[in-house]
Amino acid sequence: MNSSALIHAVIDGVLTGSVYALMATGLTLIFGVMDIINVAQGIFVILGAYLSYALSVHWGIDPFVGLAITIPTLFFVGIAVEKAFFGRLKGPEKTAMSILVTYAISLVIEGTLNMVFTVNYVQIQAWYVNKSFKLFGVWFPYIYVFGFIMAAIMLSGLYFLLYRTRFGASIRASLADQTAAALVGIDVRRVSTICFGIGIALTAPGGMIFGATNTFNASTSYDLISRLLTIIVLGGMGSLGGALLAGILMVTLEDIVGVIWSPVWSTLSFFLVLVIVLSVRPQGLFGKQSARVA
Amino acid sequence: MLLQKKNLLWVVALVIAFFVPQMITNPAYRQIAVITLIFTACATSWNMFSGYSGYVALGSAAFYGTGAYTMALVANHMHFAGNGDMFWLVPLGGLAAVIVAIPVGLVALRVRRHTFVVITIAIFFVFQLSAINANFTGGTGGLTLPYVPWQIENYHLPFYYVALAILVFSILLSVGVRRSRFGLQLLAIRDDEDRALGLGVKVFPVKLTGFAMSAFTVGMGGALYAMMQGQIYPQFVFDPMFDITIALMAFFGGFGTLLGPIIGGLVLESAQQYLTVTYSNGSLYLILFGVLFLLVILFMPQGIVVFVRDRMAQRQDRLESAAKTASSETPVAQGAHS
Repeated sequence: MNSSALIHAVIDGVLTGSVYALMATGLTLIFGVMDIINVAQGIFVILGAYLSYALSVHWGIDPFVGLAITIPTLFFVGIAVEKAFFGRLKGPEKTAMSILVTYAISLVIEGTLNMVFTVNYVQIQAWYVNKSFKLFGVWFPYIYVFGFIMAAIMLSGLYFLLYRTRFGASIRASLADQTAAALVGIDVRRVSTICFGIGIALTAPGGMIFGATNTFNASTSYDLISRLLTIIVLGGMGSLGGALLAGILMVTLEDIVGVIWSPVWSTLSFFLVLVIVLSVRPQGLFGKQSARVA
Repeated sequence: MLLQKKNLLWVVALVIAFFVPQMITNPAYRQIAVITLIFTACATSWNMFSGYSGYVALGSAAFYGTGAYTMALVANHMHFAGNGDMFWLVPLGGLAAVIVAIPVGLVALRVRRHTFVVITIAIFFVFQLSAINANFTGGTGGLTLPYVPWQIENYHLPFYYVALAILVFSILLSVGVRRSRFGLQLLAIRDDEDRALGLGVKVFPVKLTGFAMSAFTVGMGGALYAMMQGQIYPQFVFDPMFDITIALMAFFGGFGTLLGPIIGGLVLESAQQYLTVTYSNGSLYLILFGVLFLLVILFMPQGIVVFVRDRMAQRQDRLESAAKTASSETPVAQGAHS
């Protein structure tokens, strides 16, 4: 082990962690507003990756430019899914049922993707995918830096939407307390639908970067969703800041363990940290102490 | 008492189950039958804890894999001959799963609801990744068990009856728990854990006991599976699909009901195997399975058992009210029942 490898691990961890944070933010937003654990988030990330891939392969559209198409597409897919399935979910088992519904949805999407794109692993290609530049004696891969910048822009946009607009205020009200939000005249149903759309739309940029930095096929989604769930639980479910911090922390930690110990155990450390943190702090790093639910 | 109509159905079902291997002689189908029984037993046992207590655990594959690895490691290190003696290791696999489940429960059961769901998934991955990376588990190459030199035509027969015995055991356990004071305590936890605590239920020990008990059957299932296959791989005995599948079975049939996971297990597992055989194209099978599952959830959200029971109750009501209306002449009574 040398210190330069460690520095690289930290830098790569922070840069890629921000992209995971972006995907996890969508997941935690959906949970916070709707009490839905969207297990399909992983396959939506892969769907976003495949859309960018198809655009760049068939029409030669640059993946970053292609986001102008893939983000709205996934937003409307999210709206359609929400309208079709989640209005019916009610009752005390709602959260557990939502896991099963979204799992079934992800099976359908996985099957469809396998049919359209086959199960062969692919990767999104562009001039910046395998190139790096050197700054202060450290190599920075372009794609990680671009991904970090994009994640930062997206998250700032989301921050602006949530904290500087009237609609954002109604989202935050629904996050805090759905019943109270409905009582002061917020259309919680509509807010939920749009939040689901936003949560899914965030998988488009996340998937694009993921698809450019990893080879993937539809079954990669299982690995992704288990990481995303770990991140949002660690951050505290429904906490946007928590998802951001936990995403960066976890991926950085994984990279560091990979360097100083062995890549074999780095994934294990990811889940082990979650188990340890939760046994000390059951609500996650930034979670609210769960209120008593009648 | 044994000849009550309800009990009679169970006896008939058991007799039919007993003769199934005589009806299907193709070894491939017999293997499907054994796996169906193992999964149904696991689903019943999962439901005994998760269904009754409301703690949806998605990490049972950790116990399934523990059972399978116990079978493989003990059989190899104690130099078991490949014969029926290995069946004695099946309960040992269950016991190992219980021993593992206790520390897991101590950590996981401190949290509730969705956090519990996710922490069980995380613990499952810790197990899976350890099995893949540790030395004594043989890594991704897995482990080979002592060879059982039975004739292929009847190879699955002993496994079938052991699996049936495990299923019967898990059903009896589930009935026993449901009718006991302990079962009522689990149900009280599902309805309102804080109130149950206030009323004097020792919530944590009750949850931990239920959690460990349900691991026993799952561990036995894993051990039996390992012995039948003769070779285990970490990604197949520690399979995230296993967790989802047994939860699906319970929800499909009826979450928290006794009959639900049994029906769900038999229907889903055989449907899944049928679809896999018919559409060797795995993608189409995924789509069909997903759509089928969505339809059931959306139209029978409480599962088949509750759906059918409600329909029958409605029909009964209609018949009764029709009978009352016919027998009474007063319009008031008619109005009251319409």
